[in-house]
Amino acid sequence: MLPGMCSSHRTDDPVERTTGLVRFSDLPPGVLRDIALVLVADAVVGLSFGAISVAGGLPLWVPVAMSLLVYAGSAQFSAVAVLTAGGGPAAAAATGLLLNSRTAAFSLAVADSLGRSWPARLVGAHLITDETAAFVLAQPDLRSRKAAFWISGAGLFAVWNISVFGGALAGSALGDTGRFGLDAAFPAVLLALVLPAVRDDGNARRAGAVGAVIALAATPVLPAGAPVLLALLGLVAMRRRVPVTPPSPGSPS
Amino acid sequence: MNAYLACVLVLAAGTYAFRLAGPVLHGRVELPARVQELLTVGATVLLVALLTTGAFTEGQDFAGWSRPAGVLVGGVLAWRRAPFAVVVAGAAGATALLRLTGLS
Repeated sequence: MLPGMCSSHRTDDPVERTTGLVRFSDLPPGVLRDIALVLVADAVVGLSFGAISVAGGLPLWVPVAMSLLVYAGSAQFSAVAVLTAGGGPAAAAATGLLLNSRTAAFSLAVADSLGRSWPARLVGAHLITDETAAFVLAQPDLRSRKAAFWISGAGLFAVWNISVFGGALAGSALGDTGRFGLDAAFPAVLLALVLPAVRDDGNARRAGAVGAVIALAATPVLPAGAPVLLALLGLVAMRRRVPVTPPSPGSPS
Repeated sequence: MNAYLACVLVLAAGTYAFRLAGPVLHGRVELPARVQELLTVGATVLLVALLTTGAFTEGQDFAGWSRPAGVLVGGVLAWRRAPFAVVVAGAAGATALLRLTGLS
């Protein structure tokens, strides 16, 4: 699915040293179209995130600020899920951080593609997501990986924040959310996010199932937010096995 | 400080720190495969736990049947690789319809 993993291409590409800017023409044919498709998909996710957050009772600025500053789809959904379920901000932040810890692994994998200057590294770091990592790791050489990173990264950041703002505005116009069944949309979104992982990965399925049972059983007795963290005990159901699968461009972060 | 703001700032700072790991360490460190796998599966476990508790519970009580039924509809649509918007609309629509019939 994702050829050309990072390890073999490093800094010895002479072309990369000579040009600082990325161009659309640096991308192999078809990649721009793939990026555009993911932009559209993420716009829909962003609209839903904004609408559901505000419909769930959060002030409009929370999803908007979260999207600008945190900028990580699944962590945002999860943090908002904890907040709107009555969990404290600490539990919400902890849940989101645990989800985002995987970003450290991605950032190690794509570090080459950001560029060498410190401004590029510091700005680029904020744009690292599942999607940008997937696009970068699918490219054959350093030049196209750099182009893929900056083009998909900038595009996704713009689209995500605009669509979240639009969704939040729409959500505040909705009123009573129970009537529209929007409370079911949140878990369904998380289910759609997690399906690719549990479809292909027996360990994730086993650990997820055990964790879900633990969380459900703990919900009546523990304060909101805690049962989800307790679910991590489900990790003991994992079996030892060979490498991790990289993310796919189709799955929103 | 406002609790929401604190949550957003802590989450933002922590996430940015994770993202800086690569550009700062730049090739000097590689996470062991076992740790990477634990992080990946851990993320899945969190999401599954969130969606399960979100589907079945409201506060510390059962949420009623309309919501999990709607989530199930969304899940089937997602399993059949329906577009994201269809998943969201299907889940919300099914729950809304069930509530119209008087189910809690």
